[in-house]
Amino acid sequence: MDATPINAHSGTPGEPIRANYLNVNYGLKSWLLTTDHKRIGILYLISITIFFALGGIFAALIRLELMTPEGDVVSSEMYNKLFTMHGVAMIFFFLIPSIPAVFGNFLIPMMIGARDVAFPRLNLMSWYIYSIGGVFTFAAMALGGVDTGWTFYAPYSSTYSNSNVALTAVGIFILGFSSILTGLNFIVTIHKMRAPGLTWFRLPLFVWAHYATSLIQILGTPVVAISIVLVALERLLKLGIFDPKLGGDPLLFQHLFWFYSHPAVYIMILPSMGVVSEVIACFSRKRVFGYPFIAFSSLAIAVLGFLVWGHHMFTSGQSVYAGMIFSVLTMLVAIPSAVKVFNWTATLYKGSVSYQAPMLYALGFIGLFTIGGLTGLFLATLATDVHLHDTYFVVAHFHYIMVGGAIMGYMAAMHFWWPKMTGRLYPEGWAKFAALVIFVGFNLTFFPQFVLGYLGMPRRYHVYPPEFQVLNVMSTAGASILAVGYIIPLIYLLWSLKYGPAAGANPWQAKGLEWTTPSPPPPHNFERTPVVTEEAYAYESKPYPEEAEVV
Amino acid sequence: MSETHSVLAHQFDDLEQQFEASTLGMWAFLITEVLFFGGLFTGYAVYRSQYPLAFAEGSLHLDYRIGAINTAVLICSSLTMALAVRSAQLGRRRSLIGFLLLTMLLGSVFLGIKVFEYSHKYHEHLIPGINFVPPHEFIRYHVDPQQLYVFLSFYFAMTGMHALHMIIGVSVLAVLVVLAWRGRFSSEYYNPVEVAGLYWHFVDIVWIFLFPLLYLISRS
Ligand code: HEM
Ligand SMILES: [Cu+2]
Repeated sequence: MDATPINAHSGTPGEPIRANYLNVNYGLKSWLLTTDHKRIGILYLISITIFFALGGIFAALIRLELMTPEGDVVSSEMYNKLFTMHGVAMIFFFLIPSIPAVFGNFLIPMMIGARDVAFPRLNLMSWYIYSIGGVFTFAAMALGGVDTGWTFYAPYSSTYSNSNVALTAVGIFILGFSSILTGLNFIVTIHKMRAPGLTWFRLPLFVWAHYATSLIQILGTPVVAISIVLVALERLLKLGIFDPKLGGDPLLFQHLFWFYSHPAVYIMILPSMGVVSEVIACFSRKRVFGYPFIAFSSLAIAVLGFLVWGHHMFTSGQSVYAGMIFSVLTMLVAIPSAVKVFNWTATLYKGSVSYQAPMLYALGFIGLFTIGGLTGLFLATLATDVHLHDTYFVVAHFHYIMVGGAIMGYMAAMHFWWPKMTGRLYPEGWAKFAALVIFVGFNLTFFPQFVLGYLGMPRRYHVYPPEFQVLNVMSTAGASILAVGYIIPLIYLLWSLKYGPAAGANPWQAKGLEWTTPSPPPPHNFERTPVVTEEAYAYESKPYPEEAEVV
Repeated sequence: MSETHSVLAHQFDDLEQQFEASTLGMWAFLITEVLFFGGLFTGYAVYRSQYPLAFAEGSLHLDYRIGAINTAVLICSSLTMALAVRSAQLGRRRSLIGFLLLTMLLGSVFLGIKVFEYSHKYHEHLIPGINFVPPHEFIRYHVDPQQLYVFLSFYFAMTGMHALHMIIGVSVLAVLVVLAWRGRFSSEYYNPVEVAGLYWHFVDIVWIFLFPLLYLISRS
């Protein structure tokens, strides 16, 4: 597996400066015109961080409003806009691109021993498309915002809302193409660019997870794109498609929307699952238990995920018969998710586990994702969903999965591959501390919301009965802790760029082709195309001859 | 072979890998397109089953002869496109350019006829949202004008989206003509022509579905 010569200890004084992807050339232009998948990953990292911060500010305002039962901070119209813009920024502009566009871009070519993705210029174009979509949506926000909810239900969105629906819709429509192009690029890259000897079942599970994600991206995104077009046509040209007054049917919109947006939740979670597989194997020093099961469960999730959208519509007037079928299918999708959790746990069993920051996040993922998934089953059960639908229980459910799961995976990836991407080590003590703060803050924010929802507090209102106040204050307090937890890594990661110790090629002594290159990697990743001779995660076989320093 | 090196992108090992990658990429893109149009066809299916008579009546308001001519035009353009790809494979530059231009011409004829058809609908006051007025007499079924409105909405959304794809296709061919003119293609390297051909045939096939679904309901 280690056919490429290794040049560890880059950046140590005395050695000649080695060309890497960061120092081959400088200047804004060299970044804006780059076709290097690694630089494009960094461009995405910067852009999605901006949207993460923006979404975070909206969230802070929402939680601030909900500290008291009265509507005192913002008006109800403003509140509608806040939760809409929070959802739009976080889901479409942060979470969907997050791991694929940053780490997938950076790592997939390196993990499969390629010089770049199959279509580097398309890759750059997809970042530009993302940015243009971002500009539109940002303009819509700056010019007064949108208030339809991130779900854009018609006919409110297509006829009645007085906010910037069309502009936001255009932004999200454009953005969709960046997601499609990324997925397309990964599919072709994974099919056609693997190094000699790298068979499908030697691929890292991160790559399998991204393959499944990419399938969803190219199959689901066009459907939401056309739904958005139809909303826009109905709004601008008064075509009659969703608005009953024009002869249309609003349920059709919900079907089309959730046909994408349920699979989209797997676009958000599958890449994190890929990260967790890598991290768990590395920090247990064991091969992943049940590799083929984890690989195929990703595909199973991608396929089954397309068959369950109706669980968002149990109370919207869909037939009971349809509801029952969607309920059963939804339960089925929990099986491959559980398969993964069991296999990760089995990997930990009797491993020599160490608890560096990436591992803390990965373990956090497993616990919180499990809670999120199990509460999903409450919601998938017809009778209980009638009680829980559109309450804070749903809000807690999906935040356990998206923040507790997907963002934990994102943070794990950030810490695990930061040394590879930047050539610098981050301060481990601070990182562990931040992971703890995030874990505590997260649970304090969202656990009370399960209780609130169960007690009947509906989502999307800015006033509530006084008896809910205690739990809401807990939640707001948790949110402030969570915010601190996210700001600490922002600070120390930036700090490490300048002051962090040099990382060496393989600070975690991890397996995988990306660790056989120096950090930061050279412009074309590998000096010679590597030849792969062993499985992924061969942690129990001979160690690498060229151990870099251990952290 | 210096020629080979200029067309082989750095990330690929050889021309074959590059060819396979671009073909697979286009197929993946076409799958995306199938789902994109799939949303429209789903909506069509839902409303046609809800308002069968209105769809039949609406279809009678379209001129099937124009639709048929356009179908013929597009089928011919698929032939010329296939011949263009063939010329590219054989490295025949002149005939490649000729067939590409012919395909563009047929595509433009299609679009021209479509413009004519749309303007006709405008005069008949049948464009939803712009000047729709319920027709005074119905041709066969007396239906709720609101339902006719839905049919026409789908007619314009679907054919409009298809026409947009045609416009994109014609522009892509224009770029190929320029590249072919400059001698970019050879019997070793013709991926862009091949891939554009796939796209062109796809857009034609969409029309093959649109024509009967929109023009030929209860035409007997
Ligand atoms: C493990 C299996 C899962 C099950 C059984 C499940 C089940 C459900 C059900 C039944 C609902 C509808 C509740 C309602 O509106 O009344 C729901 C909502 C939701 N779920 Fe899940 N879910 C699962 C996994 C996920 C994942 C992986 C994500 C995201 C990464 C996610 C994100 C969401 C979101 C965003 C909503 C609410 C959408 C909205 O109305 O705004 N779920 N889930
Ligand atoms: Cu769902």
